[in-house]
Amino acid sequence: MMEEVNGVTSTLSVDIQSIKVTEVVKDGHTLTFLIESEKLSGTGVYHVDRTYDDFEWLQQHLFSQEEVSGIQGVIFPPLPVKAQVNASAKVIKQLGILGLGEWQAYCKAMETFVRQIAAHSILGKNNAVEIFLTSSDPPGRHRVRKNIFNRLSQAMEGMRKEGHKDVDEFFQTERDHNLVFTGCAKTAAERFLDVVQTEQKIAVACGHFSTALRLCVEQGEDPDELDFTKVCVKLSEVFESIQKNVTSVAENNVSTLGLGLDLESRYQEAEKEMLYRRTCKLVELETTRRNAEKAKPVKKAAMEEVKKAAETEFDHISGVAKEEIARFQAARVKMLQQALVQWCEKQLLTAKESADQFNQHLQAFRGMA
Amino acid sequence: MAASSDRIPPPLLPAKEEPGAATPDMADGDSDEGEDIFFNNSVPVAVSRGVSQPDNVNEQTPDLFGEEEAGSTTAISNGVHSDDDNDLFAEAHVELNTPGGSAPKEPSSSSGLRPASSFTTSPAALQPTSLEQMEEDEAEDSFDVDVAVTNPEKVGDGMGAYVAYKVSTRTSLAMFRNKTFSVRRRFSDFLGLYEKLSVKQSLHGFIIPPPPEKSVVGMTKVKVGMDDPSSVEFVERRRGALERYLQRVVSHPSLLQDPDVREFLEREELPRAVSTQALSGAGFLKMINKASDAVNKMTIKMNESDTWFEDKFQEMENEEQQLRKLQAVVDSLVNHRKELCGSTAVFAKSMAMLGNSEDNTALSRALSQLAEVEDKMEQLHQEQAASDFFIFAELLADYIRLMGAMRGCFDQRVRAWQRWQESQSTLQKKRESEAKLLWANKPDKLQQAKEEITEWESRVTQYERDFDRIGMTVRKEVLRFEKEKAKDFKSQIMKYLDAMLQSQQRIVTFWEAFLPEAKAIA
Repeated sequence: MMEEVNGVTSTLSVDIQSIKVTEVVKDGHTLTFLIESEKLSGTGVYHVDRTYDDFEWLQQHLFSQEEVSGIQGVIFPPLPVKAQVNASAKVIKQLGILGLGEWQAYCKAMETFVRQIAAHSILGKNNAVEIFLTSSDPPGRHRVRKNIFNRLSQAMEGMRKEGHKDVDEFFQTERDHNLVFTGCAKTAAERFLDVVQTEQKIAVACGHFSTALRLCVEQGEDPDELDFTKVCVKLSEVFESIQKNVTSVAENNVSTLGLGLDLESRYQEAEKEMLYRRTCKLVELETTRRNAEKAKPVKKAAMEEVKKAAETEFDHISGVAKEEIARFQAARVKMLQQALVQWCEKQLLTAKESADQFNQHLQAFRGMA
Repeated sequence: MAASSDRIPPPLLPAKEEPGAATPDMADGDSDEGEDIFFNNSVPVAVSRGVSQPDNVNEQTPDLFGEEEAGSTTAISNGVHSDDDNDLFAEAHVELNTPGGSAPKEPSSSSGLRPASSFTTSPAALQPTSLEQMEEDEAEDSFDVDVAVTNPEKVGDGMGAYVAYKVSTRTSLAMFRNKTFSVRRRFSDFLGLYEKLSVKQSLHGFIIPPPPEKSVVGMTKVKVGMDDPSSVEFVERRRGALERYLQRVVSHPSLLQDPDVREFLEREELPRAVSTQALSGAGFLKMINKASDAVNKMTIKMNESDTWFEDKFQEMENEEQQLRKLQAVVDSLVNHRKELCGSTAVFAKSMAMLGNSEDNTALSRALSQLAEVEDKMEQLHQEQAASDFFIFAELLADYIRLMGAMRGCFDQRVRAWQRWQESQSTLQKKRESEAKLLWANKPDKLQQAKEEITEWESRVTQYERDFDRIGMTVRKEVLRFEKEKAKDFKSQIMKYLDAMLQSQQRIVTFWEAFLPEAKAIA
């Protein structure tokens, strides 16, 4: 989700649009990502290598920005689950469409993550981003101080606060909607993965058929069988074409809509987490209010202070949250639109190319003796 | 053995000599010209058009493209719903070759009138002295019987129910009472026909096309109800297989002459065939293998003077193995396509739900559109799966069975050889006993011995001639089979390609329609 840099200068020294994860290198069990970004000064390109730990370092750093007011109202760009060489079945399942193939989709998702952070009006200002993109030393080796909202925190708090009624209709609606949407998006992403995996199976079967046909004819040198041999050879080519077509279709699916649905699904989760944080704050606020009311005169002033602080913080959070939600909604529509358009265009091109190929094969058969 | 028949309809003009009437005596294997008449001409012409638009019979080019439209749209469809007689044959003969693309060795086929005159001119000239000449003589072909199997209908109820098919024939051969006619037949009738043909014709070394297999499971489901998709598929599969079976039978010049074939096609009511036990599922192949084993166990091993047969046999066995491998791959392909249908449908639903929850109007509409596109894709995948299946899987299954039948032919030849050898050894024994009798000087027994010797001498001659003839027949059958196989595969592949092409073109239209919707999201 690209945020426009509205006259707010980011402290980043690189061009956000140029950030690319160019390659992923397997090193034993670890994956190392090579990240490239162009200097704004136009004097060159930064090349850095980062492992998942480094990405996590970045994320943790951003989570722990207590000094930024209302930080809990930020919808944090979601970091994909950690990928590994020879990942377990559980991890593969969690990765979904990102786990396919040789990590091309995964790289793209990591790239998107970095770009979104860099472009975020609040997060992008954090120095950690600059370090992450430009420092030749991988930053992930330094442990970060514990942050206030680790991903696990939500689960630890228990979900019972999730249903807590809101005081603001805007937020209540958003929460209700998000609940429905998170489920739908996740399901859609999973179903799409099923489609892609089946397409891959079909491609493999076509390949087998093509190979088996070629083996079939390698045997016979019989002149009587010449016609049949020719037919088999041609048919083998046909199935190679079909295999190419199906493989293309699957690749198009992954690189456009697949990534889009995956991102949508993870982003909805990120919004859910933000809304939950705010709800927890709301509960906390209501507690402090009750405490202030019930407080004995001795403690009352102190409780009032606590209450005021909680109110202020809650207001800040809600303020940031409102802005974030507006940006999020606009950005996700744009993202989905791009994904859909690209998907459609790629599939259209593939279909036309395949039609051409099949036509050529058909003509070749017609011309055959 | 063309699955989709490649026969020209000789124009129904009185000037034409009826090819069917000439040299009907197929039993006389010494003269081959009779058999050449009915070899298939591979130029495909719109057979069905010949009936409905008589003025177009001589114009083959426009018909082809006309038929392509009809043929290709009906190619994949279930043959169940065609009522129009013309449509029956359109389905039976989907031709996608152009005249230009047909075998150059049959150039004469472009004019339908020619065949009649040429073969009557010089029967002597047609006497093949070599195999090559036999191949060239195929050009003399003018063949005219088309059959179609359609309209499966369930008759009766409960476990006694069966499916009756309409068998329609269109012909200009004199041996049939009418030009077009149809009868109703059930599956066991087809099996019965095979049995009769096997018994009579296999001794000559002909390849008897095998019928489709029995299936207790499939039929039981159908008896219960014909409506569920798997029953529909089963019936359609069987209908197609029966049609191809009959087409192969009638396209075989010698088999066509068999009165049982004629009776099968023409007679209103057939006596119920009862002894069709042997032909269920693996039963057919078991039967062939059992016969092979019996032949192998015979003590007199065949001394093969002509390596052609040994080599060919080995080749055939190899090929059969290859076909089985192909069949396994196709089966897996078909399954995956069916899986794709399922996952596409489920995905479409999930997108529809996403669209429904969406607030942004344009996005919501686009997502719903997407769901519709995916639904259409699912439909396409279904058709694709059917195409894979009905075109390739069935083709391979047919040829695996046919190769089994071929092996049967070869066995027949070996048996003929053995008969000959045995008769020679019997003759030898008779001569020995004659010699003994001469020594023992028993004139009355001697006379008998002499008579027996004469009898056996003629038998030996007869069996030797039989063996030679069956050898020639087998060679011709093999050649014919291989040509038909190439043609069959080619025509099926073209059908398949055409279907794929149409599929892709439809996909293009779906995407082109969706693109503006996607772009309109704001």
